Amino acid sequence: MIGEQVQQPLIPALATARRRPRSRRRAWLRRLSEQVITVIALLIAVVWSLPTLGLLISSFRPPSLISTTGWWTALLPPWQFTLQNYVQVITAQGLGRAFINSVIIAVPSTILPALIGSFAAFAFAWMRFPARNTIFFLIISLQIIPLQIALVPLLQIFTNIGLTGQYAAVWLAHTAFGLPFAIFLLRNFFAALPRDLLEAAYVDGASNFRLFWTIVLPLSLPALASLVIFQFLWVWNDLLVALIFLGGNPQNAPMTLTIASLVGSYGENDQVLTAAAFLSMALPLVIFFALQRYFIRGILAGSVKG
Amino acid sequence: MLQQSCCCLLFFIYPFINTVQLSFENADSTRFVGFKNYQAIFTDPDMLSVLKNNLLWLVFGTLLTVGLGLVIAVLVDRLKVEGLVKSALFIPMAISMVSASIIWRLVYLYRPPDQTQVGLLNAILVFFKLPPQPWLVNTSVNTFALIAVYVWMWTGFCVVVFSAALKGIPDEIVEAARIDGANRWVLFWRVIVPMISPTIGVVTTTMIINILKTFDIVYVMTGGNYNTDVVAVEFYRQLFTFGDYGLASALAVLLTLAILPVMYLNIRRIQLEEGGQA
Repeated sequence: MIGEQVQQPLIPALATARRRPRSRRRAWLRRLSEQVITVIALLIAVVWSLPTLGLLISSFRPPSLISTTGWWTALLPPWQFTLQNYVQVITAQGLGRAFINSVIIAVPSTILPALIGSFAAFAFAWMRFPARNTIFFLIISLQIIPLQIALVPLLQIFTNIGLTGQYAAVWLAHTAFGLPFAIFLLRNFFAALPRDLLEAAYVDGASNFRLFWTIVLPLSLPALASLVIFQFLWVWNDLLVALIFLGGNPQNAPMTLTIASLVGSYGENDQVLTAAAFLSMALPLVIFFALQRYFIRGILAGSVKG
Repeated sequence: MLQQSCCCLLFFIYPFINTVQLSFENADSTRFVGFKNYQAIFTDPDMLSVLKNNLLWLVFGTLLTVGLGLVIAVLVDRLKVEGLVKSALFIPMAISMVSASIIWRLVYLYRPPDQTQVGLLNAILVFFKLPPQPWLVNTSVNTFALIAVYVWMWTGFCVVVFSAALKGIPDEIVEAARIDGANRWVLFWRVIVPMISPTIGVVTTTMIINILKTFDIVYVMTGGNYNTDVVAVEFYRQLFTFGDYGLASALAVLLTLAILPVMYLNIRRIQLEEGGQA
């Protein structure tokens, strides 16, 4: 569940004193309207979940039924479910291979920007060098520049040095595109660490490198967790970068790319697509439910400060 | 460590200059053609329809995600089911747009009127004795059908961010307004919206930037066919289908130019906040 703490009134006694004069009738009306709103809210939640539920149920239905009846008919007996779609998609459609590719692509593409980004963020937060703030603003403004602007020249460079179609091409591209956000998120966190602590260690003769590994990094684990989850999901779910740099080499294609090409070649053959789509969603969903708190913290750090 | 940040700059600045240069050259970058590529984008009817679709995306996508996000965040605030509803809305954020496209293909699935509709939306239409629609092919609704997928994916993001901002409004202010006789409507427009306006600004700019770059949903669901093409998909098609580096680069430059004003606002905001901290 997403649950932030509800802020308590600053002076509780005052708040209750204000609440008292309200008549009983108004309180009753308010409770009723609260129930109506709860129903509306739940309805919204149901509408929002229906499409995903439809996919999940469809992916377990026999192909002959998928194409003749709606997924909601599966909710009533006779229940007919099968794992056949999953078996087919993993063995015959190469989704198993694509899953491994996705992992091979996502892990370095997550670790590299987190590592390099935290070095840079440390420099921006605690080291003094000329034009520090100007460079920082330039970098965070890069967050917003559309990827497309860099794709053509990058593709030409990568093709010239023979990287196109290799995992390394996507690792480099994702690292570069992920760095601005990584630096932005981590610098803000690093800069908020207690100054006295770092100065004390510095006076005791610790080098910048030591400061970074023994003090800054251990204290910043929550921020790092947010960043890693974000970057991992971003890379795992990416289509455009994979399409541009790995499009010509199906051997190295991640799940998103494989599924996108299945859509192209299968069209209406939904038993393959539903199982494939659900397979590619499984890992992000597990991460989401297990680490929701960090995921949301990352989002908030990127958009509301403080 | 300074070198690393410089590397990062180089990764963007060289490509940026290079792309601008390519955009003034012909398809295989062998001849300087001046503004010919840009002229093509603004005169060719197909290209104009691409620009029109992006505009539709921008207006409706932004309004719907931000508007719905704000309303739902206010609606569920402090309800017992708040966490549950927010999670349900937020889950689409974790999945890829490719998977989302497949989820929504199932919703929009169309069969001729004499067959059983297996798509959810058309089944609902048929249930109410209305004719089923080929949602992704019918050119008057298909762009909106695609925008709906985006709204489904990103409203949860808006709700979560707005919700966090709402928690920051002191209870005293809300209580005081209620005692002065403000109903929900007045409270929303006169108290809540002004108090979280900085957050509304941030979320709106995030959505605008996101939407201008829209690619995956259109690419997977229609491939830009049936008059649903947008700039980012057309960029890809020019690059890989037609091998026109000049036109593709010009599209990328236009996309960046469109985002520049939004970027300027964002930097101003961050600078103001940083200035406030010092």
